[in-house]
Amino acid sequence: MNSRNSISFSWLTSIGLISLLAFMEPAAAASDDSFEHAERLYDTYCTQCHGVNRDGNGVNSVFMSVQPRDHSDAKGMGDIPNSEIIDVIKKGGLAANKSVLMPAWGGVFSDEEVNQLAAYLRHVCKCGSDQ
Amino acid sequence: MKPYLFAAIGASFFATSLAVHAADVPAVLQSKCASCHALTKPESNSLDRLWERKGPDLHYAGNKFNKEWLVEWLQDPAKIRPAGEFYRKHVKPGTKEDVVDESSLAPHPKLARKDAEAAANALMTLTDPDGLIEKGAFKDQKVAMSMGAMYFNKLRGCAACHSAVPGKGGLSGPEMATAGKRLQPDFIYSYIKDPQKIDKGVWMPKLDISDADLQKLTSYIVQLSAKEDKK
Ligand code: HEC
Ligand code: HEC
Ligand code: HEC
Repeated sequence: MNSRNSISFSWLTSIGLISLLAFMEPAAAASDDSFEHAERLYDTYCTQCHGVNRDGNGVNSVFMSVQPRDHSDAKGMGDIPNSEIIDVIKKGGLAANKSVLMPAWGGVFSDEEVNQLAAYLRHVCKCGSDQ
Repeated sequence: MKPYLFAAIGASFFATSLAVHAADVPAVLQSKCASCHALTKPESNSLDRLWERKGPDLHYAGNKFNKEWLVEWLQDPAKIRPAGEFYRKHVKPGTKEDVVDESSLAPHPKLARKDAEAAANALMTLTDPDGLIEKGAFKDQKVAMSMGAMYFNKLRGCAACHSAVPGKGGLSGPEMATAGKRLQPDFIYSYIKDPQKIDKGVWMPKLDISDADLQKLTSYIVQLSAKEDKK
């Protein structure tokens, strides 16, 4: 993919996310129910590496040469912009010059689900919105 | 949209008429195996079903397994998925990394030789009518093991979830050390290409892998079990 495309692509996704977050804000504040689906997705697909406690210590992490990100770490997660989180979930670690051991999930989730997961990760780390 | 809808309605009609077919599932399997394995194509692909199922789906077993392996394994079922089916229900936090809760994993029912042969014969009749598996896709060109290992471990990251060598590698996916004996090569190829097509919702991602790389990975996995034999 050429760089012009990917720039306009991440622009679009960040705009999408901003509007999504704006839309979700009241519900998210009211209760955690709005994360129910994202939480289910996380438990099914992400805990194998990122851990049942979301701390990067998944059952697979023992033999991995690059350790999965600790999603409960407010500092580490706060430094990652939303657009990168969305890109990495969709296209894998390589999309952000990170390890291939973080797989691409774009073939499994809808864009809507990727956005929900990204918002859920913010809820887990209690950090950052967009930057 | 419309033709699609019609196709869906048609398909569900077809599925209902297949109820007759379900009764055709060999009795040995229906009585002893249906409580844990889907022997006909499940109606629902929801995440809830994946969480509730007690064993892997077997409705396309005839396109997946090698019969000789089935006969042996059913008599002496060694663990294939180190964290069971499904992994999330069998892992818990450990001192540092999550660990497999072995006490939650029950051993697989064991069959006597005659029953194993009958079950294997029956399983081989359960074939997929939907072309899930690309027949003849694997071209059987041998890849050097060092090259295959590089793709499996480093370039493609398969080792994060699968072990190529017993006791080393990921635990959430089936072990690969005996996969060459267990699985038909075209199934291995098709599954790597699009696991979501064969087992919708499964926790292996659909990655974008070229045919050349699919050939290498398949050849590597097929050869792993020959390596196991020499030990
Ligand atoms: C096969 C193991 C594996 C699975 C499954 C996995 N990850 Fe990761 N993930 C990793 C690894 C390893 C890293 C660290 C990559 C690095 O730092 O180079 C990572 C990093 C990340 C990051 C940080 C990216 C960055 O820019 O630093 C995010 C966000 C993430 N994963 C989200 C997810 C989500 C959401 C899921 C479930 C849909 C998931 N991961 C499933 C292995 C995995
Ligand atoms: C109590 C539930 C249960 C019953 C009953 C059961 N199985 Fe299984 N079966 C499982 C589980 C769980 C696995 C996964 C084992 C593993 O990966 O180590 C499995 C795995 C298998 C596999 C390998 C599947 C694969 O994709 O790797 C075959 C073949 C199989 N069973 C056949 C049978 C047959 C034939 C019967 C009936 C005689 C039967 N099973 C009865 C739970 C069951
Ligand atoms: C995020 C974890 C993950 C990654 C990464 C992954 N797999 Fe898988 N794989 C799985 C799971 C989970 C299954 C099937 C689970 C089941 O049947 O219960 C599977 C199934 C398979 C199967 C079929 C095995 C069988 O016995 O049914 C093959 C072959 C396979 N994977 C190869 C690969 C290859 C090659 C790669 C790298 C390109 C890869 N996998 C990457 C998790 C993963």
